[in-house]
Amino acid sequence: MAADLSKTHFELFGLPQSFEVDMEQLDSRYRGLQRAVHPDRFANASDQERRISMQQATQINEAYQLLKDPLLRGRYLLELDGYQLDDEHNTTSDVEFLMEQMELRESLGTVREAGDAFAALGLIMDRIAGDIDERIALLQKQFASDSSERFGLIADTLTKMQFFRKLQQEAMELEVTLEDEIS
Amino acid sequence: MALLQISEPGESTAPHRHRLAAGIDLGTTNSLVASVRSGVAETLPDAEGSHLLPSVVHYSAENKAVVGQAALSFAQADPLNTIASVKRLMGRGVEDVKHAGTYLPYEFVPGSSGMPLLHTAAGDVSPVEVSAEILRELRIRAEQTLGGELQGVVVTVPAYFDDAQRQATKDAARLAGLNVLRLLNEPTAAAVAYGLDKGSEGIIAVYDLGGGTFDISILRLNKGVFEVLSTAGDTALGGDDMDRLVADWLMQQAGIDAAAGHGQQRHVLQLARTAKEALSKDEATAITVSRDDGSSWSGSLSLDEFNSLIAPLVEKTLGPCRRALRDAGIRAAGVQSVVMVGGSTRVPLVRDRVAEFFAAEPQVDLDPDKVVAIGAAIQADILAGNKPDDDMLLLDVIPLSLGLETMGGLTEKVIHRNTTIPAARAQEFTTFKDGQTAMSLHVVQGERELVDDCRSLARFELRDIPPMVAGAARIRVTFQVDADGLLNVTAEEKTQGVTSSIEVKPSYGLGDSEIESMLRDSMDFAAADKDARRLREEQVDADRVLEALQAALATDGDRLLDAQERCVIDAAAEKLSELRNGTDYQAIKQAIKAVEKASSGYVERRMNSSIRDAMAGHSVDEFES
Repeated sequence: MAADLSKTHFELFGLPQSFEVDMEQLDSRYRGLQRAVHPDRFANASDQERRISMQQATQINEAYQLLKDPLLRGRYLLELDGYQLDDEHNTTSDVEFLMEQMELRESLGTVREAGDAFAALGLIMDRIAGDIDERIALLQKQFASDSSERFGLIADTLTKMQFFRKLQQEAMELEVTLEDEIS
Repeated sequence: MALLQISEPGESTAPHRHRLAAGIDLGTTNSLVASVRSGVAETLPDAEGSHLLPSVVHYSAENKAVVGQAALSFAQADPLNTIASVKRLMGRGVEDVKHAGTYLPYEFVPGSSGMPLLHTAAGDVSPVEVSAEILRELRIRAEQTLGGELQGVVVTVPAYFDDAQRQATKDAARLAGLNVLRLLNEPTAAAVAYGLDKGSEGIIAVYDLGGGTFDISILRLNKGVFEVLSTAGDTALGGDDMDRLVADWLMQQAGIDAAAGHGQQRHVLQLARTAKEALSKDEATAITVSRDDGSSWSGSLSLDEFNSLIAPLVEKTLGPCRRALRDAGIRAAGVQSVVMVGGSTRVPLVRDRVAEFFAAEPQVDLDPDKVVAIGAAIQADILAGNKPDDDMLLLDVIPLSLGLETMGGLTEKVIHRNTTIPAARAQEFTTFKDGQTAMSLHVVQGERELVDDCRSLARFELRDIPPMVAGAARIRVTFQVDADGLLNVTAEEKTQGVTSSIEVKPSYGLGDSEIESMLRDSMDFAAADKDARRLREEQVDADRVLEALQAALATDGDRLLDAQERCVIDAAAEKLSELRNGTDYQAIKQAIKAVEKASSGYVERRMNSSIRDAMAGHSVDEFES
């Protein structure tokens, strides 16, 4: 459809294609782009303009979410380099990582037994957030390297990060369930 | 370097007509309408000078519906025909209402569309129709005050309303003859009313405790952009529940049986509300309860007693506050200010607990009852096109995840909660039997893992899938959420390019045909000739299209179009102008389509050009800073 949107997400936001993103610049360009295309700007326009405006605003939102999130951004950068991250077959053989996963999963399972379930859950969530932050720092190094093995290393880090994200999601769902139970 | 564009004298943009627009706060207890007049947004009073319209509708066999204060006066004498708090029933199913029936003293009958109907002396009415009566009353008030037909309205909804509740609200507005420019979330409207765009930057929280709903939104403000980071809440929690708790206490004190009649219950409930209101200023309040048998009980309720009655309810609002902060990735200390909205935030315990939780003094400068309507009016004025240079922009989110039912009654999330709207996502499915030609999909909303714990939005039947071996079909289901937070689902079979037919059956809502027939039946259109109405609608549409096109052409027509392209568009527009003054509504409809077709390339070019301008504008900003 629109020529501007056939560009990469980085080009759309006028940013260099890199894992390092200037968040302030990303945010301010996002606001500028939405100011130009958002459906609120076309509330009185023809159906056609309103439709296009919604599509464009949707794509800008999607691109923004992707560029903002280190995991999605990392995956996208690999894809741009022609490297597909395979969700299903990429298992990891890092024993230490697997042990931590099991441990976190177990402690999520026993949150209800704690005196203050919310506090216990909060601690687990903080720990998961810390694990994710560590992976982001690692990705920064790996993306900056020019070693020929870097794609494999990056893919491994991203896969692990994906696991932590999943745990994070489960922890949030558990929190909602606990809240529903007390009310 | 860019050249300045200088238009010839007298040739500048089309003369601007002020469009009448209004913001409507359709509340559980009270509703309001506001509009921007002479640059000031204010709520509009009725002839008696009252701004709040009680959200109460009274039905009788002989008269049409009576709305507001007049209806409220029937509450005790004729409780079953006096419908209050109908907002709690919007978009709800028969099962939900069974639960609500314990405190909403109405007679429910199951409707054909899974939606409960209320049995009244004037017949069975749906919650959507009851809400439409309230909206119609507000429309009449606005049109009489402003002296003309409303061109468009912004109607507010609790941020935590799900798709069914939003759709029901929009349907009610349509039924009331209103053109809805946008459904706006109540906390976002409040943030706008506080004028928080003017110069203020940073993170704010809006705590909105109304009559029957609770919302918390975390927003980031930056140069006129209101970006909602997260929202959470409870659509069945509010001041009504405080009244209920106090009423239960009163009935206990006065020795009145819980099975007392509807009239007795309404009486006690009214006393409870009065007591609650008194306790927002006083330390204690005297109460006299009249019993049905003519005897009475007199006593008093102290602020401390009241606080301990409602404390669990206030605590219940802090859970969503914690969740909203976590979703926004913000700590309580990172919130710079807390805006208080909704009549129930007058309760001192609420203010104290919120101040403590966010460690910030809550903002209560504006009337908490009016602030939402005022924000909606400001947005309506901008959306109607009355302030072309205003760069305020609201970026909102969906409050609850949208998903599909998968094997074993589990939910697969397609769009996560707190995703900025408009948003879209596609998911691919396949067949699991050889030669399978149909597939049913169940769309749900909510955070829980089990489908049964989520809200059922719609069931879809995909048909005409080309027969293939199991697993070979590729069915792409796309969820699109628009700027009103409303979901639209489409499906397509990818391998053979067949677009499967889709049958939408809203779980608790009205189908398009039901709305059409209600529109036909409604008072406003009963007398009017159907064709005359169609003609009027097409004329309004034609005017809108022509006006938008002229304004666009005046701005950048010369820059983006060559002479021949311009000719084609002008010819189509001229044809439409001619037909618009005729009486053939179908011809007008076709001419509108023709204009849209002729200008489609131009429209896309304009959109791209504005994207380029947006980027160029930023380069200048960055250069200057």
